[in-house]
Amino acid sequence: MSTEDLRIVWIYPDLLSTYGDRGNMLILAARARGRGIPVETIEIRSDQALPDSADLYLIGGGEDGPQALAAQRLNADGGLHRAVARGSVVFAVCAGYQLLGTSFFAKGSSYPGLSLLDLQSDRGPARAVGELHGVIDPRLGLPPLSGFENHGGRTHLGPGVSPLAQVTTGIGNDGTSEGAWRGNLIGTYSHGPALSRNPALADLLLRWATGAGYLPPLDDTWTDRLRHERQVAVAP
Amino acid sequence: MPLRAKVASSVSRTAAALSRAAGRGDGSVIGGWIGLKIDPELLTHLAAGRSVALISGTNGKTTTTKLTVAALESAGRVATNAFGANMPTGHTSALAKAGSTPYAVLEVDEHYLARVLEETRPRVVALLNLSRDQLDRAKEVAMMAQMWRTALAAHPGVQIVANADDPMVTWAALGSPSVTWFSAGQRWHDDSWVCPECGGAIQRAGGDWRCTTCPLRRPRPHWVVEEDGVVDPTGAWHQVKLQLPGTVNIGNAATALAVAAQFGVRPADAVMRLSTVTSVAGRYAQVERDGRLIRLLLAKNPASWLEAFDMAEAAPTLLSINARDPDGLDTSWLFDVDFAPLYGRRVLITGDRAYDLAVRLQVNGIPFEHVTSFPDALAAVPPGRLEVIANYTAFQDIRAELDRVN
Ligand SMILES: [Zn+2]
Repeated sequence: MSTEDLRIVWIYPDLLSTYGDRGNMLILAARARGRGIPVETIEIRSDQALPDSADLYLIGGGEDGPQALAAQRLNADGGLHRAVARGSVVFAVCAGYQLLGTSFFAKGSSYPGLSLLDLQSDRGPARAVGELHGVIDPRLGLPPLSGFENHGGRTHLGPGVSPLAQVTTGIGNDGTSEGAWRGNLIGTYSHGPALSRNPALADLLLRWATGAGYLPPLDDTWTDRLRHERQVAVAP
Repeated sequence: MPLRAKVASSVSRTAAALSRAAGRGDGSVIGGWIGLKIDPELLTHLAAGRSVALISGTNGKTTTTKLTVAALESAGRVATNAFGANMPTGHTSALAKAGSTPYAVLEVDEHYLARVLEETRPRVVALLNLSRDQLDRAKEVAMMAQMWRTALAAHPGVQIVANADDPMVTWAALGSPSVTWFSAGQRWHDDSWVCPECGGAIQRAGGDWRCTTCPLRRPRPHWVVEEDGVVDPTGAWHQVKLQLPGTVNIGNAATALAVAAQFGVRPADAVMRLSTVTSVAGRYAQVERDGRLIRLLLAKNPASWLEAFDMAEAAPTLLSINARDPDGLDTSWLFDVDFAPLYGRRVLITGDRAYDLAVRLQVNGIPFEHVTSFPDALAAVPPGRLEVIANYTAFQDIRAELDRVN
């Protein structure tokens, strides 16, 4: 392992990988390699210690039981907290996004989260399933969010975080705002391989993680077609 | 049978026949629906007096059902829902159409197992596997295992035949006091890392598995796949000669032999009959069209894609993906599938959601060509074999292009 490599850690794929979550790691690695950036991808299972020196951490979605177990182990491990204190980048989806907050709801009761973002989650009136689109916070300089959501939770943001996007289709946090970000941490209800439809978001994570102010463009013909097709599909 | 059930049964048969005549598929859903409208207990009445086997699981149930029917036919006539209509309407229609038979083998959608168990009072239930499928609406895997376990515990007299290689199936089956275990292998492990009993980690070594914190572990199987054959509980090995491709189908054959044995059919008598199965509702079917020898493989979820890559030959391969209601609206599972086995083959893609697949293949480093229709795909490849792997409605679309090949 070289210290010049970009190090991406996928947290607990044994617990949190329900909807093609591996995709985000594969996409980030492919987009980094496409720019000639050497990458090391590391999968850390829930019975392993979490390294605190990686550049970018990914947390995926999962069912109630595994989500509660993951929160307990991540709090006991402390590696992610140390990494965040060092300025590492975190991208979390769905159950992983809820974990970043102060509390979340699973198996009928409330569990303490990692308290890395000022937000808390509870149960919504109905499961949110379907296309999720939104206008991303202009400070991030990204094109609209395009994704798919499938979750029963609702998330309430405190003053310490900003919404990732304002919802144009779907539910997201509460039908109005979607996801959250602060510093180098981003969470979203756009589940599974969220970055497959949002290459500019992937590149933002890579810029944060590498410190590069600019990354040369890649051929995103197919992603552009996919984004356009989904945009048309949800248009009124 | 009560008069109302007789009327319901007869109307059901007629409605199904009319629907078939009108070219609306095989009519099994509408026929069963009308029959159950007239007599809500029709399925119970139709199942009474038959020895019934139910086959359920995420993947392989249609094939295993057909293989079980072939094995059991050596003992007598068998009613079955051969067209894959695997909910109570389909079961009702199939039994009404078959008339009186000593046996019935029914494929059951995993969500309906509890209800069909209650209504058909089977002698045997075979449980194949549980994995993620149609995620945007199906029950999560752990919930499904819990539903099965509860349903089986309510019917302790039913003989269970279950896959010892799948931890979720094993745990569900242990709801019953009487289980025959088979080992059919499990290529897909990503839905069973967490123990359904205690939430601990499941550890795997070779084909074996055990929970690291509670006593749940792989039971010793009575029926085992060994090379191209099956070892029965007496230790005798039976060579299995199938016309269906892939090692997964040897596992399905082992299951069929284990189920048939519960009805007194000796594996040595049953095994020859398995080779009479050539295709299953279009799956594995080979069709010649304009000099292209086309083979259709259905892959509905990540586990079955891995099986399809194992079955497909190294030839030009068309992948077709839809995300309509029966498929599930979510395509994120594409990233659970590693398409690397296709590397080096000529890959064509089509379907409603070809762009999702295109993005996935690009990340996977697999070159591909996009075609907008099945005829375009045929025109694009030279004469010779064309493997087609498609998910549910995409498969049905292509099957329709090939005149509903069976
Ligand atoms: Zn356990």
